Amino acid sequence: MARVIVDVMPKPEILDPQGKAVASALPRLGFTQFAAVRQGKRFELEVEGPVDQAVLDAAQQAATTLLSNPVIEDVVAIRVEGDQGGAAQ
Amino acid sequence: MIRIGVITFPGTLDDRDALRAVRVAGAEGVPLWHADKNLHQVDAVILPGGFSYGDYLRAGAIARFAPVMELVIDQAKQGLPVLGICNGFQVLTESHLLPGSMIKNNHRTFICREQALSVENTATAWTNQFTPGQRITIPIKNQDGQFVVSDQQLAELKAEGRIVFRYRGWNPNGSREDIAGVTNQAGNVVGLMPHPEHAVEPGFGPDGAAGPRQGTDGLGFFASVIRHVAGIKQPVAA
Repeated sequence: MARVIVDVMPKPEILDPQGKAVASALPRLGFTQFAAVRQGKRFELEVEGPVDQAVLDAAQQAATTLLSNPVIEDVVAIRVEGDQGGAAQ
Repeated sequence: MIRIGVITFPGTLDDRDALRAVRVAGAEGVPLWHADKNLHQVDAVILPGGFSYGDYLRAGAIARFAPVMELVIDQAKQGLPVLGICNGFQVLTESHLLPGSMIKNNHRTFICREQALSVENTATAWTNQFTPGQRITIPIKNQDGQFVVSDQQLAELKAEGRIVFRYRGWNPNGSREDIAGVTNQAGNVVGLMPHPEHAVEPGFGPDGAAGPRQGTDGLGFFASVIRHVAGIKQPVAA
C-alpha cells in the first residue's frame, strides 16, 4: 500500500511555542548543538491502489483545506512513499 | 420571544452557561447540535467555548466542517448574528468568517483569570449596548488564545474599525496588538477569546466595583443582540 506524505510547518514568521518548549529542554539533556527547534506535523495518507495525478491533486487539496491553516501554517512537502514492509496484496 | 441558538460540538463545555446567559438576558435559548441540518428558526447563533472534536488537528478545525456549520456559514454571510466565544472564535476563523487564527499562548501555559477589556467597536450586533472605549471585566480561560494575523489583514482590520475588543492591563497570551476580539465587515459576526457568558449574574461573575463576584459585564453582549434582532424585526417605516 502506498502512502502520500504531507508535511506541514508553522509559518516562519509565526512564533512556535511547541518548538520553543522542545528547544529549552534539549540543553538540559546535554544537547547543546541545536540553536532552535520548530515543530511541525506529518500526515500519512494511505492509498489503496496506484498513486496517480488525481490522487496527488486530491492530497494537495486536502492539505490546503483541512490539514493546514494558511494563516499560520505552510504545506512544505507532499510526496509518495511505497510500503517497505512488503504487505500482502 | 427572540430565539438564540447555542451549538454543542463534541467537547463543548460552555454551552449550558451560554444558554443560561441567553435566558438571563431575556431571550429563548435554543440548543443546536453539531449534526443538525437546520437552524430551527433561530434569530442568532452562539458558538460557545470548550473544545471540539478533541481539537487534535487544530482548535476548531474539524468543527468548521460539521453539518450545522455549513448552515451557519451560509446564514452568517446573509446577516445572521453569530458570536464565537473562545473555541467558538477559533471555529469562526477556521470557517474564514473572521480573519486571523489562534495559536498557543506565548507563555505556553493555560490561563484562567478575570480579564479587563476595552470595547473598541460598539456598532456590531453584539456590542451595541456598550459605550465606545468602555472597560469591562469578564473571565478568560484558554491555552490556544494567541491571536495572529497577517500584516495586510491587520491593516484592513484597523482601517475598517473591525477590532472589537482589546486586552487592558495585561496581554494574557501574546495576541497581536492586544487584540481580544474582531468582527466581519458587516458587523454581524463577532469572535473573542474571553467569556461573556460567565459574567451575567450577580454572585457568580468576576469581582467588580459592587463587590466580589458581582460583575455582570457579559450581559451587554446578549442585550446587544436582542436589540439588534428586535430592530431588524421592526416593520420598515414608510
